[in-house]
Amino acid sequence: MKHLLSIADLSRDEINEILDTAVSMHEVQHRDVKKLPTLRGRTIINFFFEDSTRTRSSFELAGKWLSADTINLTGKGTSVSKGESLRDTVKTIDAMGVDMMIIRHMASGAPAQIAQWTNCSIVNAGDGTHEHPSQALLDAYTMRQRLGDLEGRHVALVGDLTHSRVFRSNVLCLTTLGAKVTLVAPATLMPAGIGAWAQADGIELSHDLDAVLPTVDAVMMLRVQRERMSGGFFPTAREYAVTYGLTKARLGLLPDHAVICHPGPMNRGLEISGDAADAAQSLVLDQVSAGVAIRMSILYHLLSGERSGDQSGEGSAS
Amino acid sequence: MSADDRPTNTSPLLITGADLAGAGAGDLLVVDGRIAAAGADAADQAPEGAQRYHGEGLIALPGLVDLHTHLREPGREDAETIETGSAAAAAGGFTAVLAMANTSPVTDTAENAERIWDLGQRAGYVDVHPVGAVTKALASEELAELGLMARSRARVRVFSDDGKCVHDARVMRRALEYIKSFGGVISQHSQDPTLAGSSACCHEGELSGRLGLPGWPGVAEESIVARDVMLARHTGSRVHVAHVSTAGSVEVLRWAKAQGIDVTAEVTPHHLLLTTDLLSGYDPVFKVNPPLRPQEDVEALREALADGTIDIVATDHAPHVRQDKEHAFVDAAFGMLGLETALSVVSTVMVAQGRMTWADVARTMSTDPARIAQLTDQGQGLTVGAPANITLIDPDRKVVVDAATSQSLSRNNPWHGRELTGGVHLTMLRGRVTAREGLVWGASA
Ligand SMILES: [Zn+2]
Repeated sequence: MKHLLSIADLSRDEINEILDTAVSMHEVQHRDVKKLPTLRGRTIINFFFEDSTRTRSSFELAGKWLSADTINLTGKGTSVSKGESLRDTVKTIDAMGVDMMIIRHMASGAPAQIAQWTNCSIVNAGDGTHEHPSQALLDAYTMRQRLGDLEGRHVALVGDLTHSRVFRSNVLCLTTLGAKVTLVAPATLMPAGIGAWAQADGIELSHDLDAVLPTVDAVMMLRVQRERMSGGFFPTAREYAVTYGLTKARLGLLPDHAVICHPGPMNRGLEISGDAADAAQSLVLDQVSAGVAIRMSILYHLLSGERSGDQSGEGSAS
Repeated sequence: MSADDRPTNTSPLLITGADLAGAGAGDLLVVDGRIAAAGADAADQAPEGAQRYHGEGLIALPGLVDLHTHLREPGREDAETIETGSAAAAAGGFTAVLAMANTSPVTDTAENAERIWDLGQRAGYVDVHPVGAVTKALASEELAELGLMARSRARVRVFSDDGKCVHDARVMRRALEYIKSFGGVISQHSQDPTLAGSSACCHEGELSGRLGLPGWPGVAEESIVARDVMLARHTGSRVHVAHVSTAGSVEVLRWAKAQGIDVTAEVTPHHLLLTTDLLSGYDPVFKVNPPLRPQEDVEALREALADGTIDIVATDHAPHVRQDKEHAFVDAAFGMLGLETALSVVSTVMVAQGRMTWADVARTMSTDPARIAQLTDQGQGLTVGAPANITLIDPDRKVVVDAATSQSLSRNNPWHGRELTGGVHLTMLRGRVTAREGLVWGASA
């Protein structure tokens, strides 16, 4: 595994390996001295063309705690007008001899394109409305910590699916892990071709949150971008909150063991009520805490050389 | 080098034994730039000392005419010039191209149109006919100087804001009414900008949903085609639909033609063969406008071209320099090269698959494009007295496309590495050889 561009690149075993390693990484996080020598001498660039304090600092800490040299770079929105192509920009960085680039970009597919243009390992830290694989892995990790194996578990993803990279990675991750997934959103916020997509991947679709909630083990509320509200995707914020928000009243529809996730930042009172965000079954802060551990695990799996020799599976039929 | 400096082929030439556009083997005698005799007994009329060219096993077509080419000059001479673009056209078997108006400055005045015409004449590979803009600066607001362009030396008859849609219905109506007096036609880039937003870059469907790319729904094309067909009926004027890409548009066209509405349409080689799933790796070489569509649409387009619902093939040759394509997919430039590969693609998809004959190729790539553009010197077939615009095709040759060998200044070639069946052997403009086996006359030292 050289790159992490999409959850689709990972097998179920590979996902589980990353989640398992994250468990031990998570322990490091609670030590006084949070430093492992694993990636000493390796250089990682956090190349963020789009702002994201949360994801960037999470990757940065993960690199530092594994003793890698990490550098942060921010790209301008787009360099199209300046004559320099994206390829030229990343080739320049590549030429300095870095081992890994962690890319956040406002354009879908940019990390995949960059992987074609450079020699280093590429991690997709969120690209446009495409994917956010490390987020999906930390979400799966967090749910697994609480619910155990996700095989056969029912997860609802609710909200602005069209514009959500978190959703795209999560749906791949959860179905790969054997969970049953239901998507809940108004038709205007479901991605193009979702019907064929759902059919191919065995996903359920619904416009009725009240009917779905009593059947779930986990519900993930997705952020509604403020700018969508006036874009004709739905009539008013009030209508959205009433129809698709996780209101206080709806908390009562959830089974006792069910958990609530939100990738943040939350619009309290819109897709999620304050009561739901702060409820006992809310995993919102656990998700953030798991973020560093998951990213340490990702860096470890991509950069620590060949799979460590202590695995016995070599040569066995697969 | 100007055309006058070049040796002209004045000595009579006899092409022997070629299949004359699907009508069976025969000879073609070319004298003084015109076809002096054609058919079985043409050889008998050949004067003493006529040059002979062995055409056995080849198909002779009337010189190909491309109704939709982007030559980038003026404004982006780093991507293509009229000289290099028309050289690529000659290498691809063309003897005339219509150069789209979205240059910088836009071709929206008689002066700009004449300049392009003159540069084409000077290059001398093919006739370069400027397409005039419908509206000033392609802004869809005020009409460009349609009449002055028509009366100019360039004799403009085709008008298009291509790259943009004349989306304002009232402006489109006025333009259609206005061009009637000189027999013009409006070639419409059908794309409702409110349905396919400015960042739309991928067919809207399951793949765009999965890739997270802004979708370009088929209905954004179909609704404009439907509107324009009704405007053509209302005004009694001529509409030509550029680069049709969906099965729905084909349905509208089929209906319109059955009503006797004066509408014609083109399909590009890439929409006849390439499908949207090529975008799964976000490679901008496959980014084109309108976007590549799913297989069902491709099948409908092939069928429509074969049955005449779509009249012609046009390349939408759109050269871009490397750095304009090497951006993130949504930021990269739209368009792909097409002049040098068009015949091979049509040969592969339509002829080799038995969907069309070589006579159909002559119709869809020469006669009808010339008729739609009202060219008097092109697309007249291989008949006695016609200008000797002749393209010889080797129908069985396997062509592995190599982007590096292009005559174009640009390399955004979606066909690179593909094997196609059938290639252009020789191109002749008014009796003068302009290209042979992909090498243009005078291109080297
Ligand atoms: Zn075009």
